[in-house]
Parts: sequence; structure tokens; C-alpha cells
Amino acid sequence: MTQRRSYQVGTGLFILLGFTALAYLATQTTSVANFSQGDSYTLNARFTNIGQLKLRAPVKLAGVRIGSVESIALDPTKLEAQVKISIDKRYHGLPDDSSAAIFTSGLLGDQYVGIQPGGSPDMFKDGDEFVLTQSSMQLEDLIGKFLVNGSPSQKPADGDAPPAKDAGKPAAPPSDTNKH
Amino acid sequence: MEPNRVTDASAPARAAQSDAALVQVRGLRTVLGGKTIFDGIDLDIPRGKITAIMGPSGTGKTTLLRHITGQLMPDAGEIRVDGINVPTLSRNALFDLREKIGFLFQNSALLTDFSVFENVAFPLRQHLRLPEEIVRNIVLTKLQAVGLRGAAELMPSELSGGMARRVALARAMIRDPMLILYDEPFVGLDPIALNQVLKLIRTLNDTLGLTSILVAHEFAAVSRAADLVYLIAGGKVVARGTPDELTRADSAWTKQFFGGDADGPVPFQYPARDYATDLGFPPRMQPERAA
Amino acid sequence: MSAVRKEPSRIADALAQIGACGLFLFQILGAVPKSLRHIKETVRQIWFVGAMSLVIIMTCGLFVGMVLGLQLYYVLSIFGGTAALGTVVSLALYRELGPVVTALLFAGRAGTSITAEIGLMRATDQLSAMEMMAVDPLAYVAAPRFLAGIIAMPLLACVFNALGIFGAHLVGVTWLGLDNGTFWSNMTSSVDVWKDVVNGVWKSTAFGAVVALIAVFQGYTTPPTSEGVAYATTRTVVFSSIVVLALDFVMTAFLM
Repeated sequence: MTQRRSYQVGTGLFILLGFTALAYLATQTTSVANFSQGDSYTLNARFTNIGQLKLRAPVKLAGVRIGSVESIALDPTKLEAQVKISIDKRYHGLPDDSSAAIFTSGLLGDQYVGIQPGGSPDMFKDGDEFVLTQSSMQLEDLIGKFLVNGSPSQKPADGDAPPAKDAGKPAAPPSDTNKH
Repeated sequence: MEPNRVTDASAPARAAQSDAALVQVRGLRTVLGGKTIFDGIDLDIPRGKITAIMGPSGTGKTTLLRHITGQLMPDAGEIRVDGINVPTLSRNALFDLREKIGFLFQNSALLTDFSVFENVAFPLRQHLRLPEEIVRNIVLTKLQAVGLRGAAELMPSELSGGMARRVALARAMIRDPMLILYDEPFVGLDPIALNQVLKLIRTLNDTLGLTSILVAHEFAAVSRAADLVYLIAGGKVVARGTPDELTRADSAWTKQFFGGDADGPVPFQYPARDYATDLGFPPRMQPERAA
Repeated sequence: MSAVRKEPSRIADALAQIGACGLFLFQILGAVPKSLRHIKETVRQIWFVGAMSLVIIMTCGLFVGMVLGLQLYYVLSIFGGTAALGTVVSLALYRELGPVVTALLFAGRAGTSITAEIGLMRATDQLSAMEMMAVDPLAYVAAPRFLAGIIAMPLLACVFNALGIFGAHLVGVTWLGLDNGTFWSNMTSSVDVWKDVVNGVWKSTAFGAVVALIAVFQGYTTPPTSEGVAYATTRTVVFSSIVVLALDFVMTAFLM
């Protein structure tokens, strides 16, 4: 009888240890540790191209994680990506003229939504939409542009035109490439 | 019949119908691996008696026990235990029947993880929710009957062969079965242990009003315990009677088996091709050599 | 002559084994409700297959983590990406190494002992004895060990992962001087609870079921001789290793 009891106690300890390990892994080594899915409010943002942005991708302000991507859908009429972002209630003081952009962490890392705070005295409310957004930078576009710009001797005027047209839609990327 | 029968309340009822055989086997036919083991066997095991099943090795005596307990289904024939035809039973009905049958395995088959006490208590714990105190009393009573109450806390690995067999016997009768089957209970026992087991089988059968089926080779031992002996050979019942009758019977089978002759109806030689042919002599050389 | 006859039958034998194993799974599942009556036996088996495997799982987890830390630190330093050490180690552990290595160790440690134990019970007629005592060995012997495998495996894999990360931390941070904050923050920012940790738990649960099933099946159907038991334990390790790795590929394809 006592033998049987010690098995049960030992087994209980083992199961407890296993679940402690699971709880530790789940809470301390994952994104849960950074951001508790507590109270939050949602904002909408429209992008012409979201690149590799995925669900649950981080939303950062000044490099600090303040929320995550909640849903990604295509607006059927405007043919734009509609991204829902949930932001922790603690960060409720975002000016309503802040802009959202899609960045890549590192050279080949995951993509995230970065928020540039504006200067408006009014704050975002639940369900508001970003007025200013900047789409994802496509590595292919950059490479294409680099090839075109970097080899002037090869291609005359007709080779220069089509890629410029392709990449020309968002106005910002050229200036970004210069910055890098 | 009474699912929660702990004590032997049905003994008088059983004695009343003791004229009918407890186990009836009719027209049993079994083929295992292409070999015909039984070829139409009829057996009657009378109630309250010890019936021995004997026969040369490999005649399927153990197979017969497995038929009676429903571990193995026959190809044809009826096996009635207490009026129930075993081969037709569902798994659950079979388990209900087995709760009333005790089985002593040749190698005792004690559960290696459990102590002697827990081994004997195992059937009780599995089927009945009894208070610990009652379990303890029943188990110690049975262990006392086989003379091993002092060994209750030992593990099976610490027991000798004879002791293990007695523990298995205590376990087989823990729920006061109506029928106990002994599969080769004397194999590998020294004369002292053999006599102890023999005495137990006899006294248990008489005091508890059981019916026993004994499968064994040792005619000397069997003749001291059994009331009735069936001799099975070549898939048939070749002789039936009390031990005395069989020793005096004038059949080639009984003479060879009980006299212990090396050759006879059970040949010394395994069936084979002609000896000379096998050694490589041309067949026709044989008559020449003979001449 | 016998070799000619054996060739086609060997393939048929293999198919029959797989079929029998599949049917056996259904038999065990059918016996699971009955085995809940023997819940204490399941607890005892969790102790035997789970808690008794802890030492080997923890030791191996620690060393696998340390080796990963060392190797990846070296490779990552070529690209100047040592900051990603925590991320890479934890993802490798959660998604693949944790479940797979734990399953292989589990097959070697617990699977073989299950097979040998049941094979020995078969050889010494203990299973038949249970049948004769009207106790279903499927419910009393097979199902508890199967359930114990399913329950113990994910827990062991979690312990393995935790020790692995500890080992990588030991090498990367304590010995090689990586920044502690970088190690953790990079890990926490890119490891996802559902996609990585929970998927790993599913995987190891499936592996636990497969290894336990094969081990119990091999023990249950082994020829009751000492040679048969020896072959059966070998087959347990070989078959469960193959099946675990193949299943790993299939599950990875589905869970990704």
C-alpha cells in the first residue's frame, strides 16, 4: 500500500514538473512574455502592399512592441490590404495623425508594423484608421532598381523605362534606398 | 449465476444436480496449423470429482483446457460448462463464466510486479469492491490453506517452484470457483513439493465441493488423486475409467502409456521416409541386402 | 527452395504486421474506457515510462542544447548574427529536436522496457492468467501503457526543451559572453506560443502514441520465447524510430 502511494506521489511530481516546464516555455520564451494579450483597442490601416506581413506580427513604436496584427484582409472595392492592428490599452495616447509603415527586422527578418507618432493633440480612438501609411518594401523591387541603376553602360533608354514604371507607384522607396 | 458470490453458498444446489456432468464435450474437432489436434472427442467431467486428462506429449491436453475456458475456439463441436456452450459466448459472457473457473498454469503465471498477497488478492480487487479488511481476511485464509500465510509479503521471484504453484493455487480458488483446471501441476516439482500439491488438490476438491480437471503425465501421482481418467491419443479418447481400471485394461494404448514402454501405438520413430532411402541407398538394394 | 518461397511472403508479412498493428490500435482504443477502472495502473505506468525516463531526457536535453549553442554560435558569428542564437536554438528545439529526440530516447528507454515487460508477461502466461481471472489484459496491461505514453511524452519533451534552452544559455551567455538580454529578447520576440510551442506539444503527443503503440504491440504479439522477446525489443526501437521520423515529416508539412 505504501509502495503504491509513493508511485502516485512520484507520478504527481513528474506531471507537475512537465507542466511547469510547459508553462515556463510558453510564457517566458515566447512572444507572450513581451506582450500580454490583455485589454486592447483596434486600429485600421490600409496598405497597397503588405509584403510578407503575417498575423500576430508585432506592432512597434520606437522599437518597443505595443501590439500585434490582428487580421489581414483585402478590401474588395479599393483593392488594398486592410490590416487590423490591436494595441495594448496602456498605450492609448497615440496622436491621430501617426503613420504606420511596414518594416523588415534586419536584412531578411520578419516584417512588422512600425508606427511613427505624429504631432496632433487628438488621440486615436478604438476603430480609427491611419491616414498615412507606407507599404512594405519589396526586396525584388530594390534589386531590380539596383540592377538598372548600377549598370548604366549596358542598357539604353528603353531598358530604363519599364522598371521605373513598375517601382514608381509608391513614391517613398527611392528615397529609402538612398538612406540605406 | 450469482455474480457477487463470495462464499460458497451454491454448494448444496450444485450437489443436488451432481448427476449431470459439469463439463460436457461433444464432437470436438480442432485443427491447429494444419495439424488435427482433436478428431471428434466426447468427454464428461462429473461434478465434485477430480478428472484427469492424460496422454502423450503433444496430444493437445492443454489445448483442451483452453477450449473449456474459451481461450481457443474449436473448429467444430460443443463444449458445455454448467450448461453453457462456451464457443458461442461473447467476450463479456466469457469473462462472466471465467469468474467461476479457476485455472492453475503450468508455470504458475504469478504477476511479477506484485507480492504474494497482492497476487492472491488480484481477482478480488479487480472484480469486487470489498473493504480492505475483508480482502485481507479472505486472502490470508486462502494462503493459510496452502500453507503460505507466512510468505504473504514475499515477491514471486523469491519463491521456489512448489511455493509459486501453491500461491497460484490460492489465487485460482480465491473466489471459490465451481471448477478448477490444473495444467500440469506436477511438472518440475521435487517429490516433497509434488506430494504437497497433490494433497492440496485432493483436500480442496473434497472440502470445497469443487470439480477439478487435472492435466498431467505422472500416472503414479494422478492415480492417487484422480477419480476418473481420460486417456487421449491421436486426437481421440482411447481409454476412460478409474485409475485402477486403466492399469488393468487390456489395450495397447494403456499398456504403453501406463507401462511406460518406449515403443508401441505411440511410435518411437517420428514418421519418416524409408531409412535406407534416406541414407542414400537405392530402394531396390534393400531386398538384395536382406537376401 | 525456402528462399524462393519466402520472398513474396516477406512483403505479405510486413503488410500483415502493419495491418495487425492498426487493428491493435482500435482494440486498445476500445479497451480505454474499461481501463479507466484501472486508473491506478495508468498512474503507475506514467511513473515507469515517464518519471523513470526523466534522467536520460534531462541529461540529453542539456547536452543537445549545449551543442546547439556552440555550433550555432560559431555559424552565426560568421554572419555577425549571434544575437539570434536564442531564437534559433529555441525554434529548433520546439519545432523539431525536442519532440523527435525525446521520442527516439523514449523509444529506447521506455519503449523497450514496455516491450520486454509485456513480452515476458506473455512468455510466462501472465496475460493468459489475467484472461482466466476475467481481467482483460488489453484494458489492464495494454491500454494503461499506451495512455501513459501519450501523457508522459509531451511532458518529457517540454522538460527536454527547457533543459536544452538552459544548455544553450549556459554556452552562449555564460561561457561565450553573449548578452543575456539579447539572448532572451530575440527569443521572446520571434517564438510564438501556438505556432511553435503548442505545435511541438501536439507533435510529441502523436509521437508518444506511436511509440507506445508499437512497443505494446510488439510485446503483445511476440513469440513467447526469450529469442522472441529479444527480437521484439529490437523491432520496437527500429520501427518506432522510422515511424517517428516519417510522421515528423508529415506532421511538419501539415502544421507549418
